[in-house]
Amino acid sequence: MSETATPSLSAAGPGSDPFALFGLPRGMDVDPHALDAAYRQLQSQVHPDRFADRPEADRRVAMQWAATANEAYRVLKKPLPRARYLIESAGVELGEQDNTAMPAEFLMQQMEWREQVAEARAHRDDKGMRHIEHQIRGAEGALWPQLEQRIATADWKAAADLWRRLRFLQKLRDDIEDARSALID
Amino acid sequence: MALLQISEPGQSTAPHQHRRAIGIDLGTTHSLVATVRNSIPTVLPDEHGRLLLPSVVRYSRNGVVAVGVEAAARQAEDPRNTLASFKRFMGRGLADITRTHQGDLSYEFVDAAGMVQIRTAAGVKSPVEASAEVLRVLRQRAEASLGGDLTGAVITVPAYFDDAQRQATKDAAQLAGLKVLRLLNEPTAAAIAYGLDNAAEGVYAVYDLGGGTFDISILRLTKGVFEVLATGGDSALGGDDFDRRIACWAMEAAQLPPLGPGDLRALQVEAREVKEALSSRDRAPFHVRLQNGNTVDLTLDTGTLESLGANLVAKTLKPCRQALRDAGVDITEIQGVVLVGGSTRMPMVRAAVAEFFGQAPLTNLDPDQVVALGAARQAHLLAGNRSADDWLLLDVIPLSLGIETMGGLVEKIIPRNATLPIARAQEFTTFKDGQTAMRIHVLQGERERVDDCRSLAHFELRGIPPLTAGAARIKVTFEVDADGLLAVTAREQSSGVSAQVAVKPSYGLSDDDIARMLRDSFDHARDDLDARALAEAQVDAERLLDAVGAALEADGQALLSAAERATIQAHMAELAAARAGTDRSAIRQATDALSTATDAFAARRMDASIHSALAGRSIESI
Repeated sequence: MSETATPSLSAAGPGSDPFALFGLPRGMDVDPHALDAAYRQLQSQVHPDRFADRPEADRRVAMQWAATANEAYRVLKKPLPRARYLIESAGVELGEQDNTAMPAEFLMQQMEWREQVAEARAHRDDKGMRHIEHQIRGAEGALWPQLEQRIATADWKAAADLWRRLRFLQKLRDDIEDARSALID
Repeated sequence: MALLQISEPGQSTAPHQHRRAIGIDLGTTHSLVATVRNSIPTVLPDEHGRLLLPSVVRYSRNGVVAVGVEAAARQAEDPRNTLASFKRFMGRGLADITRTHQGDLSYEFVDAAGMVQIRTAAGVKSPVEASAEVLRVLRQRAEASLGGDLTGAVITVPAYFDDAQRQATKDAAQLAGLKVLRLLNEPTAAAIAYGLDNAAEGVYAVYDLGGGTFDISILRLTKGVFEVLATGGDSALGGDDFDRRIACWAMEAAQLPPLGPGDLRALQVEAREVKEALSSRDRAPFHVRLQNGNTVDLTLDTGTLESLGANLVAKTLKPCRQALRDAGVDITEIQGVVLVGGSTRMPMVRAAVAEFFGQAPLTNLDPDQVVALGAARQAHLLAGNRSADDWLLLDVIPLSLGIETMGGLVEKIIPRNATLPIARAQEFTTFKDGQTAMRIHVLQGERERVDDCRSLAHFELRGIPPLTAGAARIKVTFEVDADGLLAVTAREQSSGVSAQVAVKPSYGLSDDDIARMLRDSFDHARDDLDARALAEAQVDAERLLDAVGAALEADGQALLSAAERATIQAHMAELAAARAGTDRSAIRQATDALSTATDAFAARRMDASIHSALAGRSIESI
């Protein structure tokens, strides 16, 4: 039986910067394969299962590391939380709950889509919902390069504004998906 | 036993180095125990060669508890005292059970705080105690087969089990004297068994329809990593529901009057047999002799079974769609669909799965055994039997966790399908000026309203400094470990005054409950326990004798004086004599005496071995 080395973990715990944790360059451009590989590599060293036969104190430390790795992976895996992390760690509040100051034009479009979704839902119109979903994707596609550019140039106020709009669109798309699932079930 | 920890470099280490760990599939209908022997996982049979232990427990007035085949055979005759399918009652209150099991009239339920209990001839029993009886039998089977004590066990649970159900399972294991290495989700266990045997890579779905529960898990398998992407299910849907429908069909078809619990149970037992027969035939006789002497003689064909079960099968597809969506996986990306659970033998289930996933499911493994085999693999790994091709398991929490906020709404703190372990904190504040206490209500489920979610725990945070409403900052932290079990702490932060409370879900048993149940089971199984304790003492004695003997042979001359050697040998002789007898405390005393007498020897050997290791290195480095 070959004994694989068991890592010893710093009791101080991991830092909170997910880019640093996975050794990835800070920014919106994250290579998904490099992220997956780094995440699995880290988990295979720190996961509590690796310490199952070790004292309680070791397992406790392992659990904190593994939980941090999971959270960091969640933050970096999808662009919206990734952007949110970058903006917030620059000290800008996104005020997700209460900050709804957005261009009137954008809000009008939102209301229009919401009405269309409600109507399509009432008529069990799957095709109609797919059509709205397609339009929303188009709008998101136009906003993403702008957000990436604002983040790259550290224009955080503008980035936060774009982020809130993308978050709105994502929520709307989630609602459409819920409605579409409800049609099938 | 300090002596066991020393071994010469390059020499074989102490005896019993391999750690005996088992995997247990604690099923609704039957249970299995498996272990890894010579790197091959195997299900352990009982003395008659049977692999499946029916999860049926019969309590008699005289305190005798029958488990398995013997108990199952008496179900119809003694339905009130013969508990079956009690996995469905784990972590459930009476209200839950009457909602989902209207037909279960054969038990006399007792509403108890937290979890429902059942009145039997041997007193009121909880589903946890009944589960512990099954686990105890499997533990004994494993100990007999492996020849000694167990390092620990991995026990499987439905992936969709909530915190209360998981806690109840863990309590049952503790009651059965098992050290739980891990609660493992059943579909994940199946994926481990399948993935390791077939060197599978890619995205797989595991469709697990058991006797009482349904799970769907979507996993990504990459070399050395089993990553659960999403899971879903219904913890009150399984083969039992088909049986109940068939029994209802029989009552209608034969125009039976309302029946007593014994007859109802007989109909359900026959329904299961007929259902199983229809997996390989087009029609099967349904024959039951009622207690009044009348007989029910019917024939069930597959067409009728399909119409009886159609909407049950359809009910499994909604969680499948949800899990795919949560996993962010398109159905065309699914590489293979692994079938688990006896109910997936039904052709109608296989057909529905094939149609839904657009591919024939994988049927090259035994759906009854695959979970236990995977659990055994994981147990082997967790017990510390490491090898070069170790794998990593990343599982998820099946249901969201949150706390109650104003207006009876639930604020989610941990979303379903988050990867474990996880720690997440959220801040809350006070509602009134001068408020000094806050009631925290922990819930699990997907719905918005408190009443639609499962209540896990209530606790109060006191000592909040009186501030204006909204000024206090209370940070509530949820921590879910790799077993999927939750711990909650709350802390007031605004003023530096902090209070902290750790909670155990209200459905879990308190330590006092466990102690009482252990006492009860001691009373019922005194002989069994004595025998076990004696066997343990004998094994320990033998290990120590082996180890001291080997140490004396290696270093006795070099490190001990003649007088010291004589003392140790005298203690060895005493222990050998005690070990041959049946006086447990005499064996323990002699073991302790020998252990103490060899402490100094052990220390000298440790010094000597470190010196020789250092000497070896310095020679090499020259």
